[in-house]
This record gives sequence, C-alpha cells and structure tokens, in this order.
Amino acid sequence: MQQIINFVLRNKTFLVFLLLLGLSLFFTIQSHSYHKSKFINSSNVVTGTVYKTANSIGQYFNLKKENEALLEENRMLKSIVHNLDVDTMKYNLRDSLRLNAHFKFRTADVYKNSYSQSTNYLTINKGKKDSIKVDYGVITSQGIVGIIENTSQNFSSVLSILNTRSRINAQLKKTNHIGSLVWDTESSEFAQLVDISKFAPVAIGDTIITGGQSTIFPKGILIGTVNSYKIDRGGDSYIVNVKLFNDMTNIGHVYVIENLQAAEIKSLQKPKDD
Amino acid sequence: MTKVTLTLAARFIILVLVQVLIFNHIDFMGYINPYIYILFIIIFPANNNRTLFVFLAFLLGFCVDVFSDSGGVHAAACVTLAYIRPVFLKFSFGTVYDYQSIKFNQIDFGSKLIYFSALVFIHHLIMYSLEIFNISKIILILQKTLFSGIFTIILCLIITILFTQKRK
Repeated sequence: MQQIINFVLRNKTFLVFLLLLGLSLFFTIQSHSYHKSKFINSSNVVTGTVYKTANSIGQYFNLKKENEALLEENRMLKSIVHNLDVDTMKYNLRDSLRLNAHFKFRTADVYKNSYSQSTNYLTINKGKKDSIKVDYGVITSQGIVGIIENTSQNFSSVLSILNTRSRINAQLKKTNHIGSLVWDTESSEFAQLVDISKFAPVAIGDTIITGGQSTIFPKGILIGTVNSYKIDRGGDSYIVNVKLFNDMTNIGHVYVIENLQAAEIKSLQKPKDD
Repeated sequence: MTKVTLTLAARFIILVLVQVLIFNHIDFMGYINPYIYILFIIIFPANNNRTLFVFLAFLLGFCVDVFSDSGGVHAAACVTLAYIRPVFLKFSFGTVYDYQSIKFNQIDFGSKLIYFSALVFIHHLIMYSLEIFNISKIILILQKTLFSGIFTIILCLIITILFTQKRK
C-alpha cells in the first residue's frame, strides 16, 4: 500500500498529465459525433456574455452592409408581392392561416462566427427563452447558414454548413434530383453536393436549393450555383462544387426557422416496432 | 509571491480574451490564425510547481476550446506542451536552465527563437491533427501548422519584446 502511494506521489505530474490529456481527447472525440457536443460549446452564459459585449461594439462596423442586404431583400419581396396575380392572392389570403402555419420565422443576431477551422460553429443571441430548440434551421436573406445544435437559456450554437459534420438535403432547382450538401474544408466560398445521380442534367451555373425531404428547412431555400462538377470515383453519381450565395465570412442577422409539422412528419417516418 | 500570482492570473485572462475576440478572427489568406495564447505556457516561470503548471495549461486550453467550439483540441495540445516543456528548456538554453533561475527577458535572441519555434510548432501540429482528425488530409495539417506557426512565432516575439520591462 505504502509503495502504491509512493508511486502515485513520485509520478503525480505524469499522472495528472495523462488524466487531463485523456479528458481533452474525450472532449475532442465527443465533439466529432453529432448531437453529443453537450459539455463544451459557446452557448453557455460566460462565453455568451463575453461575445455579447464584443458584438455590441463590433456591430456598428457592419451597419452599412447590413442596410444594403435588407434593402436588397425588401426589393426582392416587393417584386414578388407586386407581381402576384390578383386571383392567386385571393386564394392565398383565404388559406393564409393554414399556409403560414407550416414554418415560423424568428430573427437573431450572430455573436460569433468562425469559418477557418474544419468544424465551424456560430453563436446566436436567442435560446430556450425564445423557444429555440435543437434542429431548427438557420438562414439569411441570401441563403442557408446551418442548423441549431445546442441551446442554453439565452444563446444557441449553430452547426455551420462549413463543418465536416454538416450534411444537408439539397436538390437542383430545375429538376427534383436530390443530393447531400457537405463541406471539404478547402474554401469558405464553396460547399459540395454529393450523391446526386449521374442522370441529373447538371450544368455550370445551375441553382441549388434545399430539398423538401428534411424536416429542418422548407423546400426552396437558396444555397448556391454550380461552379464545377465531376463524376464520383464510383462512377454513378456527381460531385458538384457549389458556390454559396451566402458570404459565410460576413453574417450579421439570421432567421431561425421552426417547422411546426416536424414532429408529425417524424412520427410518421419512424419505423414501427410491432 | 502574491504579485507573481496576480501577474499570472491577469496574463491568463487577458491572453484568453485577446485570443478569442481578436486573433481567432484574423483569418489571414482564409485560414491562417495565430494562436498567441500559448505565450502563457511558453513564458511561465520555470522554477514553479510542475503539476500545477500542467493543470493551468489544461485550464487555458479548455477556456479557448469553450469559446471556439472546438471540443478539446486546444486543451490536449496545451497539456502536452506543458508536460514536455522542460525538455525544450534544456535543449534551447542548456546550462542556464540547470540553475532553475531562467529569466525570459534576459535571454539572447537566438535561443529564444529556437525555443519559441519548437514549442509553437509542436502545439500547432497536435492541435491541427486533432482538429482535422483525418490522416488522409496530412498535407492540409502540415500546411496549416507551417503557416499559422510562422505567424504565431512572429507575433509572440513581437509581444514579448513590446511588453518586457526594461531594467534600470
């Protein structure tokens, strides 16, 4: 017994080192699996408050660009509204309660954004208090940003599409060929659309939008345009290099999307056990 | 004694804040970020309690990890760095280190550069390997280590030169 205690005392630095190294490796490995990065994320009170203070100063530097983005979005919405047929408007108005009830939008400010690592996250200033939950989609007026991964009382962290763990259902705008949007860590301007059938008529300049297959994003959120494409090594699908509409390095305000029918769709898709 | 402790605590907090609020967002050429917070480990007094030092290094890396959502990569790199630091102290400063009285503001530039470079590159290599976590991207790991490492070394040297108190 005495010898064991002596051994521990003699090697205490080494043992502490091993313990702490093991602990940090545990955190690292855990952060690589989806929905398990519970312990360490920047949506807690301390980091949220620090980023909030920094953001309240930094926000002013982007005001002009934010204004331009809002103007552009207004222009787009106005052009849609004023070009609508009177008949369709009537029809929509009658059904608007039911139509609007599919998705609920909330605004949020981005407190922290990273895009140079291989696993990138954003922190936004809405949390459980604002009824934000895990697996809500996050977009800007230009396109897709990511998915909520962790929430605290006042803050949430968002798994960016610029993350090797992100995998989002996407499709071509002109046909219904679907694929998955992933990221190869090379550039913050491009993401990759994989698993898209080689029978799909892909052409450079085509628009890529979100597919309606996930319960997270509504169908038709803009993602980007086809920059280049090649046949996969397996030979039966394309790898498409997508130039993102969003400038992922400059995101100030975002919209959080809640799909009010997500629970219903998920319960329907769940395999029956009996 | 208390003055030394206070200086260390202030250095800890300031380095973490400066790192997460400023240097994490530099993104020079798209991906090059300096990690100057390891300056805390590099210039930690050499004659101190080693177990405490390893623990403090873990805490430092952990703080940066929480802020940058990176799991435990900084913590792992910092703990390793703190544990193997004596080897590099001996390697870079030779006999001076044996007296356990090394002062980081009184050493000559050559050995300081070697010491800084060795520690920075080891830290960056461990950190990027764990962050990318993919052996097939070894070129990307080495590339990031090299470029970010050079950036970190230059900044660390500048910071140490700027904030050294002049002896009268």
